Amino acid sequence: MLTIKNLHASIDGQAILKGLNLEVKPGEVHAIMGPNGAGKSTLASVLAGKEEYEITGGEVDFDGKDLLELETEERAKEGLFLAFQYPVEIPGVSNINFLRTALNEIREYRGEEPIAAKDFMAMVREKSKLVELDAKLASRSVNEGFSGGEKKRNEIFQMAMLEPKLAILDETDSGLDIDALRIVAGGVNKLRNQNNAIIVITHYQRLLDYIIPDFVHVLADGKIVKTGPKELALELEEKGYDWINDNAQTV
Amino acid sequence: MEAVANSKVSAFVENWSLPAGNETLRAEALQALKGMDFPTTRVEDWKYTRITRITNKTFHQSAMTLDVKPYIIPNLEAHVLVFVNGYFQKNLSTILEGDVITIADVNDLDNSYYTNVLEDVDENVFSLMNKAFATAGVYLTIPKNQKAAYPIHLLHVSTGERTVANVRHFIQAETGSKAEVFATFHSEGANDALVNVVFEGHIQENAKLTINKLQSEEQSTFHIANEIFVQDPSSNFEINTITIGGLLVRNGLNILVEGENCYTELNGVYLGKGKQLLDNHTFVDHLFGNCTSSETYKGVMDDQSIGVFNGKVVVRQDAQKIQAYQSNGNVLLSEQATVNSKPELEIYADDVRCSHGSTTGQLDEQAVFYLRARGLSEKKAKELLVSAFIGEVLEKVDNATYRAYVDELFWQKFGWQF
Amino acid sequence: MGYTEEELAKDLENSEYKFGFTTNIESDRAPNGINEDIIRFISAKKEEPEWLLEYRLNAYKAWRQMTEPEWAHIHYEKPQFEDICYYAAPKQTKKYESWDDVDPEMKETMKKLGISMEEQKRLTGTAVDFVMDSVSVATSFKAKLKELGIIFCSFSEAVQEHPELVKKYMGSVVPSKDNFYAALNSAVFTDGSFCYIPKGVRCPMELSTYFRINEGGTGQFERTLVVADEGSYVSYLEGCTAPMRDENQLHAAVVELIALDNAEIKYSTVQNWYPGDKNGKGGVYNFVTKRGICEKNAKISWTQVETGSAVTWKYPSCILKGDNSVGEFYSVAVTNNFQQADTGTKMIHLGKNTKSTIISKGISAGQSHNSYRGLVQIHANADNARNFSQCDSLLMTDRSGAHTFPYIECKNNSAKIEHEATTSKIGEDQIFYCLQRGISEEKAISLIVNGYCKEVLNQLPMEFAVEAQKLLEISLENSVG
Repeated sequence: MLTIKNLHASIDGQAILKGLNLEVKPGEVHAIMGPNGAGKSTLASVLAGKEEYEITGGEVDFDGKDLLELETEERAKEGLFLAFQYPVEIPGVSNINFLRTALNEIREYRGEEPIAAKDFMAMVREKSKLVELDAKLASRSVNEGFSGGEKKRNEIFQMAMLEPKLAILDETDSGLDIDALRIVAGGVNKLRNQNNAIIVITHYQRLLDYIIPDFVHVLADGKIVKTGPKELALELEEKGYDWINDNAQTV
Repeated sequence: MEAVANSKVSAFVENWSLPAGNETLRAEALQALKGMDFPTTRVEDWKYTRITRITNKTFHQSAMTLDVKPYIIPNLEAHVLVFVNGYFQKNLSTILEGDVITIADVNDLDNSYYTNVLEDVDENVFSLMNKAFATAGVYLTIPKNQKAAYPIHLLHVSTGERTVANVRHFIQAETGSKAEVFATFHSEGANDALVNVVFEGHIQENAKLTINKLQSEEQSTFHIANEIFVQDPSSNFEINTITIGGLLVRNGLNILVEGENCYTELNGVYLGKGKQLLDNHTFVDHLFGNCTSSETYKGVMDDQSIGVFNGKVVVRQDAQKIQAYQSNGNVLLSEQATVNSKPELEIYADDVRCSHGSTTGQLDEQAVFYLRARGLSEKKAKELLVSAFIGEVLEKVDNATYRAYVDELFWQKFGWQF
Repeated sequence: MGYTEEELAKDLENSEYKFGFTTNIESDRAPNGINEDIIRFISAKKEEPEWLLEYRLNAYKAWRQMTEPEWAHIHYEKPQFEDICYYAAPKQTKKYESWDDVDPEMKETMKKLGISMEEQKRLTGTAVDFVMDSVSVATSFKAKLKELGIIFCSFSEAVQEHPELVKKYMGSVVPSKDNFYAALNSAVFTDGSFCYIPKGVRCPMELSTYFRINEGGTGQFERTLVVADEGSYVSYLEGCTAPMRDENQLHAAVVELIALDNAEIKYSTVQNWYPGDKNGKGGVYNFVTKRGICEKNAKISWTQVETGSAVTWKYPSCILKGDNSVGEFYSVAVTNNFQQADTGTKMIHLGKNTKSTIISKGISAGQSHNSYRGLVQIHANADNARNFSQCDSLLMTDRSGAHTFPYIECKNNSAKIEHEATTSKIGEDQIFYCLQRGISEEKAISLIVNGYCKEVLNQLPMEFAVEAQKLLEISLENSVG
């Protein structure tokens, strides 16, 4: 589904990604872990198409399309979803209106009819239950006045509504207490199926107790330096990232 | 004076004599004054400040001397330059040994500064009068990459009947230099005295200049200040203005930020009683991007006093990434007090974060009630709340010695404690 | 890739004015220029009583002595008052008894304006008075309103039928010598709308007026007078359009609102005069004086969505004379290309416990300039007056300007005044967030702008809000690709 080959990216002339390789197949969950500043969030931003980043080398194939050639919204319409580390507030724009606009744009791209208001509302009710999001929040302005936990749940709610092929969860666990973490992870797990894939970007292992990854990658200094099964996350938590750094250098 | 023809202005300066030095500059100023008139309240900049109570009088120049000890800032080790009625009093002044700065007479000011640094500055009738008739002032230079060893205290006292003090200072903060200046204004036995001061400065790259200004004259004096500061790239400028005296005070503070990466901070406190009119006009002109300016002015008006605040921030085209904050708060303590507040923003660039806020009201009645319920008298409760209100601005004064002096002054004058 | 300022700026330039058509109705027009004879001509045409002619001539004399104001933050070529035609009536000036009698071509015009009366009648139950150039054409629903004692008619008709009301209230809020353009209007006004709601009556439908400048070289000088008698309520809507012309047309209206004790007037405007082309040629000069007076416990609420006009100079104001009276001002002003707007409000607090709220949202695009200018004045007797003002500016391009000039004058220490203002750029992070959800830039900007204006749009009656949103879209986007 997603094939990243030798990806290089920089911001303001400073190289962040330095030859990153990654292969994600349908039905898989990949965790990307790494110390602060390793380039985890850069990877998410680059895949979503944030303009500040300059691609200096490599290629990204997304379901047979050259991802790097697509506009941000085209990537979204192709089924790439980013759950933001810091969800943006849009005052005065209701969550519902926002999502309906997004959903219909995506449907139009696929050559489908706009969703009927009744069906849409039914869908909102159903999907908001997934992350135990208060129905009232759905009619409030996008992320405005939401607590940190509500913002993150809202991200997963949007993911449920838009049904992406590939979801990238960027530090979705940061700022969540243990209960909220369970709810968010539970929502994500319900959305897992054989046709979609998820990339979980996280600094800590705790989210991976709930969203069990098929692969754990360690990102350090702009590259994947180690890949292993889910147990690798535990090992990292125990031994710290320095262990990887030392290890990687000796390899 | 034949140089200024047939106007109120010419009558106003009629019996003033032209001091020696800087003849070219004075002549230019006289020329510019020709045909000018005093601003009326129809002029937008003077909408709330009627100056006829100044302009229908005449004032005279008078070199006098008096004991300035009461006006020395206690425990502050500083160069002290004393001006009485606008005349420099060398005998009363103290210049400490071993500092890097140079202090010269402003009349030696290199004319080129007016053509190079300050050429775009709008002069008004008072600044021009000052330019023509300035009797004294310092030309202070802080040399490149040096820090002034001591603060410089410019101490002004007015005294006598209908005297005028035309003082003019210029501060040259060279590249990478740092200095702190105190400018205090007092009066003693002055009646209908006029202080007409011009303060100019050039803060060059990476330099930092801090000015603490205190206006504490008797309520029988008039004070017109015109202040112009030019900031070069990456410079820092801070000015704190505390106004508690004077019958009519007008501060015109102009800051031209002529480079990127500058930081500008303006703070002010004005406390009016009796029939005082205290007017602060500020203007921050952002000509380049990536700068920050922050402005906080707070006023407390009692009796029939009038407070005026006009804060203008202009962000020019292409001056992107500017952050400009402006806040003006006013408390009216009496039924007859008035506040006129006009915080203006003129923005010609798009990538900016600018905001201003203005509040006017009386003290929070519930807070007063709460304090009274804890046993404070109403007077005491109000004092406490007022000091909390302006305390926020006073906090911005870094120099602890000066701060202690100001606190003592407030205590003596108003019975307020901080 | 993605959203750039340049692209947006380009898109905005291409926005077309959708109401630029002229109607072919033979018109009856006065010779250009202004003098006492022209004023007598207008007055005679309208078969006015002597006192009104007198009123006009006095205003004219005063106007002669006045100079055009220059304090606003706008720059424009001053109108040549001798080149303007001060009276242009569509030739068919006979009064229509029913909607069916109206000239089909004029009906077509209204249809293009999106205010087809049949539809309006059917869908919204709105009564409409339609002023084309200078003459009021038709007022619907008259009979229904009559039952309740509500008078809603053209100004000329009111002069004929209800002279005592007109005489009593006209000029009572905006004196004929109030300012340069109010004086001009008082001298040469040709028509407008009049509305009177009797004591205790709650007007059951929105009353609506559409103004349209049609003739080339004409000025439109209409007057609106709304009187809400004690304890009554009315919601009044005003829409404006003009055809595309490359000369500047002058619109100088006067609107007076009188809310007597316990009455409430809600006055909503969607102003869409022709703003000129993308090079700043042509467009309407909109120099309008709008003011209301509140007696005891009365309330006046102004809501405006301003997207049109080359130059706007407009400050709908409230004189809060009565104790406990309330004034509100909600405004969205959009400027694009070379438009200039200097708009805001004045809240004059005279009575005790008076309250005012000001919410202003400015949006500047292209090379336009958008200024908020507002006055909050608390007089010495206005105990416990309250004001809250929030003025936000949104900048879409680096060649546009946003300016804020609030005047706060307080002479009473029990007053509480709060003013906040912000100026910022449309958020790139917000646009990226929308893009990542599959929403196009064009839609993203529309969403964000509408969200930004929501507090104001929410004040508009439903149908009007939809129209206003559409106008915002037309003004700011809808031109991608």
